[in-house]
Amino acid sequence: MIRIAALIIGMILSVPMSARAVQPSPLPGDSVYQLDLALVDQDARSFRLADLRGKPRLLTMFYASCPYMCPLIIDTLRLTERELDARQRDALGVLMVSFDTARDDPAALKALAGKRRIDTGRWSLARADAAGVRKFAAILGIQYRALDDGEFSHSSVLILLDAEGRIAARSETMGKIDPAFVARIREVLGKP
Amino acid sequence: MAGIVPGVKGAARRSGDRLAATLFSLAWVVPALAADYVDVPGGAFQSVLPLAETPLDVVIKPFAMRVEPVTNREFLDFVQRNPQWRRDKVPAIFSESRYLGHWPSADAIADTQSLQPVVMVSWFAAQAYCESENARLPGWHEWEYVAAADATRSDARTDPAWRNRILSWYARPSGSAPAAIGGEANAYGLRDLHGLVWEWVDDFNALMVSADNREQGDPDLMKFCGAGALSMQDRDNYAVLMRIAMLSSLEGDDVTGNLGFRCVRPVTGAAP
Repeated sequence: MIRIAALIIGMILSVPMSARAVQPSPLPGDSVYQLDLALVDQDARSFRLADLRGKPRLLTMFYASCPYMCPLIIDTLRLTERELDARQRDALGVLMVSFDTARDDPAALKALAGKRRIDTGRWSLARADAAGVRKFAAILGIQYRALDDGEFSHSSVLILLDAEGRIAARSETMGKIDPAFVARIREVLGKP
Repeated sequence: MAGIVPGVKGAARRSGDRLAATLFSLAWVVPALAADYVDVPGGAFQSVLPLAETPLDVVIKPFAMRVEPVTNREFLDFVQRNPQWRRDKVPAIFSESRYLGHWPSADAIADTQSLQPVVMVSWFAAQAYCESENARLPGWHEWEYVAAADATRSDARTDPAWRNRILSWYARPSGSAPAAIGGEANAYGLRDLHGLVWEWVDDFNALMVSADNREQGDPDLMKFCGAGALSMQDRDNYAVLMRIAMLSSLEGDDVTGNLGFRCVRPVTGAAP
């Protein structure tokens, strides 16, 4: 009898709990996730940028056919991850968004992920429409322009977001470890 | 007409003022009210910022452009319809704290500000305004293309008088509010591209400029993929280069007291 009563009380109490779960706390005003951006990943899955809330992430921009700098961006992401232990790596997501709205469809992104043996369980390669890419770059302070020959001129930056989408650190060091950046990742992952 | 509209008690007065301002502008500045756009024919154009190492012409597709920059009154109307863009509501990531700081309150402007171009707006806010008109910010090349005109010629850039007129505007001390819109129309029928405010462009974060062309070696290769930073083709054209230098120094959430915007959209009858 007491158990049933406890169960009923528990059920009553759980209603506002689940209602609260449906309505998350408002995003901080300085969160990158304030940007309402539609993305499609290498497996043709559609998602919104704000869906990534809840886990610290590394963000960068690239394009699949890039001959020199973008392979180096992927290498740098790998080098950076290698500085972390397995638990830390699992707690960190990676999002790479393409500049190349014309050529980087899900198939092109998937081909690159295969070629570079990217673990798409933890890393997402994604595309957005042209206006969305321009806004995403603007919010991250990344510069880029399309060139006549189909290449892009762009700045190469890794950006660390905390779980709420606030920019916690950025690094323009490419091809080697940026110790201050790695320290900041550990700090952000260390937060309970 | 002058004086600051009080935030709370002035609702009736505000609408009265607005009516007066409307009648005033109907009499004097008709194009300002309707947010008129004019069709701009496309063409080949030699930009100071070419897309390739060789100075090929940039091909501009036809577009329609707002005749004048967006005014404080128009932007106030937008903010009232889209309260998420009020200065006390906007997420910090989209606009620094000085956003719309020249307004007496978050939802009121001074009478004198009505027909002045809106300034102190971030790129994100300008973009959102244009989207509310089913438009977008112009690309740099589109802006440069129409701004090359004077009253009679579509490209007056080689005329020293054109350059000097713009440079003399730049030389005027800033700090005071810009004058009202309604300057002389250029050959396309567009007004106030020069003389009042500088304007946001859609691709402000594409204007990577090498401070010195001799820097085209390794440093750029490390920072920029592809062909490296741009070279400027026409170094004598300070009037245009100053715009590029200013725009390329900005972040999307920055605001300044002399930076406004206007919008473009597809020409009438064209596919969006």
